[in-house]
Amino acid sequence: MDIERIRQDFPILYNNPNIVYFDNAATSQRPKQVIAAIADFYETANANPLRGLYDWSMDATARYENARAHLARFIGAPSPEQIIFTRNTTESINLVAYSYALENLEEGDEIVISVMEHHSNILPWQMAAKKTGAKLVWMEPDGEGVITDSEIEAKIGPRTKIAAIGHVSNVMGVTNPVEKVINRAHKMGAVVLIDGAQAAPHMKIDVKELDADFYALSGHKMLGPMGIGALYVKREIIEKLSPFLTGGEMIEYVTRESATWAELPHRFEAGTVNAAGAAGLDAAVTYLENLGFDFIREREEILTARLMEKISELPYIRVYGSKDPKKHCGIVTFTMDGVHPHDVSSVLNEDHVCVRAGHHCAQPLMQYLGVGSTARASLYFYNTEDEVDRFIDRLSAIREVMGYGA
Amino acid sequence: MELKQLYREIVNEHNLHPSHKGTMQDPTLVLRGVNPSCGDDINLQLKIENDVITDAMFEGSGCAISQASVDMMIDDILGKSRDEALDLAGKFMGMIRGTATEDDLEELDEAAALSDVSHMPARVKCAVLGWHTMEQALAEV
Ligand SMILES: Cc1ncc(COP(=O)(O)O)c(C=O)c1O
Repeated sequence: MDIERIRQDFPILYNNPNIVYFDNAATSQRPKQVIAAIADFYETANANPLRGLYDWSMDATARYENARAHLARFIGAPSPEQIIFTRNTTESINLVAYSYALENLEEGDEIVISVMEHHSNILPWQMAAKKTGAKLVWMEPDGEGVITDSEIEAKIGPRTKIAAIGHVSNVMGVTNPVEKVINRAHKMGAVVLIDGAQAAPHMKIDVKELDADFYALSGHKMLGPMGIGALYVKREIIEKLSPFLTGGEMIEYVTRESATWAELPHRFEAGTVNAAGAAGLDAAVTYLENLGFDFIREREEILTARLMEKISELPYIRVYGSKDPKKHCGIVTFTMDGVHPHDVSSVLNEDHVCVRAGHHCAQPLMQYLGVGSTARASLYFYNTEDEVDRFIDRLSAIREVMGYGA
Repeated sequence: MELKQLYREIVNEHNLHPSHKGTMQDPTLVLRGVNPSCGDDINLQLKIENDVITDAMFEGSGCAISQASVDMMIDDILGKSRDEALDLAGKFMGMIRGTATEDDLEELDEAAALSDVSHMPARVKCAVLGWHTMEQALAEV
């Protein structure tokens, strides 16, 4: 497939050929098909879904529910009822922490997470631990960023009630051994939440084959709009799960004293829903399916290998995580001797290169790595070899700008 | 001034060869200032005798702008009274908001080189860290 043709689908990219966007792990760009689906919703079907008995509302409802069914198929969920639409991964994880963890944890129980987690997959568990008296237990990776079998066995034990782990780390780019975590946790009688925010854009997900209990993702990292995300929940669990937020749309019957809940999964979607966002996500999923993950992965690997090879020629750059470009999901986190990552990012910005700098919402990992902050270049399939070369060229000029002789 | 020029002409010198970096014996006031989102982290030490800042030093790490800004701030506040130092801090903050007068800039001396940070919202916190920490330290007495 021709990359230039693909880039024609991304208005922000073809309108700004001078800008190199390497912050895809923070949020991806959206193709015009996604933008069109959102506009089409508002232009031709806008009404409050799930409420009205007239055509527009029914059309809005159909688009919302079609998006749900499509996403369910996309990630291998047995039925659309097991997909709850949320705003993003953060909200999905909070839903599980409030509705599942608070009701099922007791003092002395353990929640196992990893030190590589995004704050979104740490803070909800800190909250749940504090409120229930459960203990937070941390898995740590080895030098290449891998959580080993022995680490999994050491940390997930009979007291474990919940394990929560990122499918792909947003800092190291490493794919965690989620199958092994799930196996071990299930043997110990615990449930597992997978934070799929960084995995869903890059690989085929099959929640059923994984046997995940909860799987969280964000639309905006996988070509979809901001403000729509999802939570997959296993059937036995969702049937017993209490609502998270309460209000309109999620009820069956309300009296002055009490209420009964709407059917699945609407009881978890209180208030007017983001139907246009869901329609956009539907189009994003179609776009990803048309490209195919084989193609996406191949492109990412070519670009990442090129970037890692060229960056390794700069002796003052240190790259974190695996030496194998195939194990990065397009994410290359690095530091530059003597130059703070913020200065790296600011100078690159002057040269129209967008990279992230900071702690990447993963401060425990930064502490573990012994760095205050890092810079991160994250690629996606629509980036080009030429962009990688421009990035390296600009990167190699920074130390001179910062006063270290040419 | 564009960013690269700012680094080359002002910031690098203070970042790479700061005049006031180190540990002070018997400081009167010590306060840590942190930008959690960036990892800028300084420890500001002030010696105050008869209401005059007779010595000031900082330790820490962070981006070039944060480090250079503290170093330039110390050039400005040495020998100043507490009120004068706070007044300068107000002028620096005004400069970053884009409301400083020509006279203010003159008083800020070299620190005025950071005025262009007012057009770089992502770097404002870095530039004001030292000043903000000093304000807080002085407010504590
Ligand atoms: C691994 C991981 N988890 C969770 C999140 C949070 O996603 P969101 O901000 O969309 O809720 C991110 C996004 O930065 C992430 O990379």
